[in-house]
Amino acid sequence: MQTTVDQLKKGEKAIIVAFNLDTIPLKLIEMGCMEGHMVELIQTAPFGDPIFLDMNGTHLAIRKEMAKEISVEIIEN
Amino acid sequence: MKSNPIKVALIGNPNTGKTSLFNQLTGLKQQVGNYPGITVERKVGSCSLGDSKNATILDLPGTYSLNTNSLDENLVIELLLNKNDNDYPDVVVVVTEVENLKRNLLLFTQIKDLEIPTVLVINMADQMEKKGISLDIPKMEIALKTKIALISSRKATGINDLKKIISNYQELSTEACLNASEIDSDYFENLKRIYPNQQNYKLWLVISQDVNFGSLNKTILQNNSFSKSDAELKRLQHKETIKRYQFINDILKVTKKTDPTIATDFQSKLDRILTHKIFGYVIFFGILFLIFQSIFDWSSVPMDFIDEQFASLSSWVSEHLPPGKLTDLIAQGMIPGIGGVVIFIPQIAFLFLFISLLEESGYMSRVVFLMDKGMRRFGLSGKSLVPLISGTACAIPAVMATRNIENWKERLITILITPFTTCSARIPVYTILIALIIPDTRVLGFLNLQGLTLMFLYALGFIMAILSAKILNSILKFQSKSFFVIEMPNYKIPYYKNVGLNVIEKTKAFVFGAGKIIISLSIILWFMASYSPKDAFYTAETTISETNSSLSEDEINDKIASFKLENSYIGILGKSIEPLIEPLGYDWKIGIGIVASFAAREVFVGTMATIYSVGSHEDEVNTIKQRMKSEIHPVTGKPIYNFASGISLLLFYAFAMQCMSTLAVVKKETNSWKWPMIQLFVMSGFAYIVALIAYQLLK
Ligand SMILES: Nc1nc2c(ncn2[C@@H]2O[C@H](COP(=O)(O)OP(=O)(O)OP(=O)(O)O)[C@@H](O)[C@H]2O)c(=O)[nH]1
Ligand SMILES: [Mg+2]
Repeated sequence: MQTTVDQLKKGEKAIIVAFNLDTIPLKLIEMGCMEGHMVELIQTAPFGDPIFLDMNGTHLAIRKEMAKEISVEIIEN
Repeated sequence: MKSNPIKVALIGNPNTGKTSLFNQLTGLKQQVGNYPGITVERKVGSCSLGDSKNATILDLPGTYSLNTNSLDENLVIELLLNKNDNDYPDVVVVVTEVENLKRNLLLFTQIKDLEIPTVLVINMADQMEKKGISLDIPKMEIALKTKIALISSRKATGINDLKKIISNYQELSTEACLNASEIDSDYFENLKRIYPNQQNYKLWLVISQDVNFGSLNKTILQNNSFSKSDAELKRLQHKETIKRYQFINDILKVTKKTDPTIATDFQSKLDRILTHKIFGYVIFFGILFLIFQSIFDWSSVPMDFIDEQFASLSSWVSEHLPPGKLTDLIAQGMIPGIGGVVIFIPQIAFLFLFISLLEESGYMSRVVFLMDKGMRRFGLSGKSLVPLISGTACAIPAVMATRNIENWKERLITILITPFTTCSARIPVYTILIALIIPDTRVLGFLNLQGLTLMFLYALGFIMAILSAKILNSILKFQSKSFFVIEMPNYKIPYYKNVGLNVIEKTKAFVFGAGKIIISLSIILWFMASYSPKDAFYTAETTISETNSSLSEDEINDKIASFKLENSYIGILGKSIEPLIEPLGYDWKIGIGIVASFAAREVFVGTMATIYSVGSHEDEVNTIKQRMKSEIHPVTGKPIYNFASGISLLLFYAFAMQCMSTLAVVKKETNSWKWPMIQLFVMSGFAYIVALIAYQLLK
């Protein structure tokens, strides 16, 4: 099922399929945000923002507005 | 004969252990911590490589890549692109660590493209067994065209191998390990045509981002048919990054093995609790409470002990040195002044201990995560909270710590508001004033009223900081690009050596720094109090005893002492500012204390001790607190430190910008005198008004 990273539920894993190059900073790409890499939502902060991800083995936090720009395919377990 | 030292630069992702390695190599004690962005400036040290060869080692801020986003990262690329820089390295040591090797290698491949001799350090080898990681180093060396040193800077293993590689750096290959220009061959061919003398990747770095690079004229590019728009450049950068990752993935597939039965998900489990919506906050505030508890409660035992020691030292000095004004200066001015700072060692050490633990454990990033949304309302981001927390120790490192905030507006606001947080220099002033004006009673049976007041002052500082941020956010009109990406480093058990060193070094710096100012200030003050431009000053003894012959000897001596003090240089100076501070409930002596505090707040107590010691003829030694308590206002006949003037003074110290070193560091960080001057006048002006209102309402 295709969705965006901000829609992931806690513990849900997904594969990155596309993201908006104009709004995603290079820094995030360098930290592992690219097509084919896996993301898992570990935690959302109070009030739902920012969100805490495991992206290709790197643990990082981004805000929802950025997470919206990353499309993923959820992996069924 | 000694050859020139080899210049070595340590470069790597944040938090890979560059500074730990630097400390190992140089024997220095730079601060390390498990939070990306601990190092924010260049640090140089020297290291002996054996065989009479030496190296100068340069520690740099961590950077994720050569495409930079924030000021601290910029340092790295500016160094590497400028061959004329004094620190331009002969050899680059790229520091990576076993657990995040894949991401760490990205930067390595970029630096290799610059064709500088490059060594690869894989740090934290001590973690390999625990995490079930094994590496095929020889294979990696071939694929990456470099020499690799597998080390642990914590356990000090592999350091000698590294030294050997560095001393033979001329043997290192300077060949790039992948051909990045393949991402758009035509484009790079064209570049080469226009700038035949420039190294290709360097050109690309300069073109794709804004870095200063003197010899290159970018305008030629704009007129060319092949030049690219910003969006196209970004697309290319993206392609480049993917290409590098593919290259790295291919290598790691054959050289790195992770035993899946050992790798655990412990970190994520811990984070499910520590960053939980409810428990996360509970734990965070629990930690804050613990910090306060340690500062206000646990510290009191050693503090009382130190107080007594200094009091007995004072009386010992006044008994054993020949009586006179100089002995008074030492026994009643300097020693209590120094004591007034030394007594805060327990509190300050506790504060540094906790902050150091927060940084070393990796918890600080979680605080950023938890508080980001809340802080955004005030024009800040979660990252601003780190300077605000470490600002409770000292504003200077806190202001420097703002360097890893990418957004300039957020960063500027954070710099401007940080001095409102209650730094450790305010503790001496607060504690003594609270002891003078707030009764030592308990409310509701267990809350100590004095402790509560102190806590209130901390809260006040923080609230002021946040409110000013809100105001600044709506005043400052410039827009700057904002994005929030923060790495959450793995939790680590804090390393006792790092924490211990940090606490000792910082506490030492505080005490010696303050001690020096206090001693020199008390000497200056003493001279200013002992001389006068008026003749009457020098004949005071005879004139006063003759005109007041009806009084007792004690009263006459008192009169002489206070007459002389008022007519000395310091008295004249103090009297001239008295009209300004009188509405705030202070006398001229406090005025001198306040003026002296603009050098640094913590000198207030020492200054008062010196002034009072000159102004009295008494030989018996009182603690500075008793001395302040017995000060009587000459006009009203009430104690000088009464409830109204005390509260007014506390508020003044809470808000006024009284710290020269902070102003200097803000000037350095913002590159202009405008912002520190705004801080100085706005904060101090505001402090004056609040203190005035408080005194007028309460008196
Ligand atoms: N287990 C282990 N931990 C290490 C080792 N070297 C460093 N660390 C820890 O890693 C963390 C980061 O170390 P630093 O030396 O501050 O890293 P840095 O690369 O200078 O970080 P920045 O200045 O923020 O870029 C600290 O908590 C260190 O104690 C090591 O060999 N083994
Ligand atoms: Mg460092």
